[in-house]
Amino acid sequence: MVDIKRIQEDSYDLLSVVGEVDASSSIELDNAINDAIESGNKKFLVDCSHLEYISSAGLGVFMSYIEEFKKRDITLVIYGLNEKVSNVFEILGLDQLLSIRASKDEAKAAL
Amino acid sequence: MKYSYKVPCKKEKLRDIRSFVKEVLDKHGIPEIDVSTIVLAIDEVCANLIIHGHACNPKDSIELEIKVAKELGLEFDIIDNVDMFDIAAYQEPNLEDIIKKQRKGGIGLILVKRIMDDIQIIKHPKKNICRLTKKIELH
Repeated sequence: MVDIKRIQEDSYDLLSVVGEVDASSSIELDNAINDAIESGNKKFLVDCSHLEYISSAGLGVFMSYIEEFKKRDITLVIYGLNEKVSNVFEILGLDQLLSIRASKDEAKAAL
Repeated sequence: MKYSYKVPCKKEKLRDIRSFVKEVLDKHGIPEIDVSTIVLAIDEVCANLIIHGHACNPKDSIELEIKVAKELGLEFDIIDNVDMFDIAAYQEPNLEDIIKKQRKGGIGLILVKRIMDDIQIIKHPKKNICRLTKKIELH
């Protein structure tokens, strides 16, 4: 189960992801990112400090937008991954393909 | 020691499968970071079977058996009656290709292969077993 909220802050939109993203809930992450980019905004932060678990279904959602972000000149920065979740990104090497920062301040600086 | 859990083929049951595996592994003093990756590997195989093998039909079920032995490490048997995809023979796709094609799937089995030490598909007349082994120090 996952709960995703989108808040407009300054020059960017903040997506806050709370809970677990697995094969049963990844569609919610997909919808949230899709709605966010369709809003026309170009800068997004994704707060994952309360993301407890992610499986390949959730990772696949982030991966599937990488090309779209490039095409539309969108910047999306993920931050706040806990050690276990961060480890999953690293196993696949996604930490090299997505923009990931430790804190919100660092993520804002990367926008 | 041996633990078993039978669940209906519903995606919503993946959370219960993860809780079951975590509970078993926590009993044996396995470091938290290893527990999290092993739980992920089991979740990936079960999700694959529930979604692709059974089309999420709740009338079907899969069974998970966990054997814990000092000399063996951890052995996970995922038992099913449908034909199983041969994960052991699965060639890892290139991540760049998946990204270019904007595919959302195809990475779960990469995770399983990178996390587990051995993967075997054992075929019996009435059931198939996906056996995942993880060599790990047990307490």
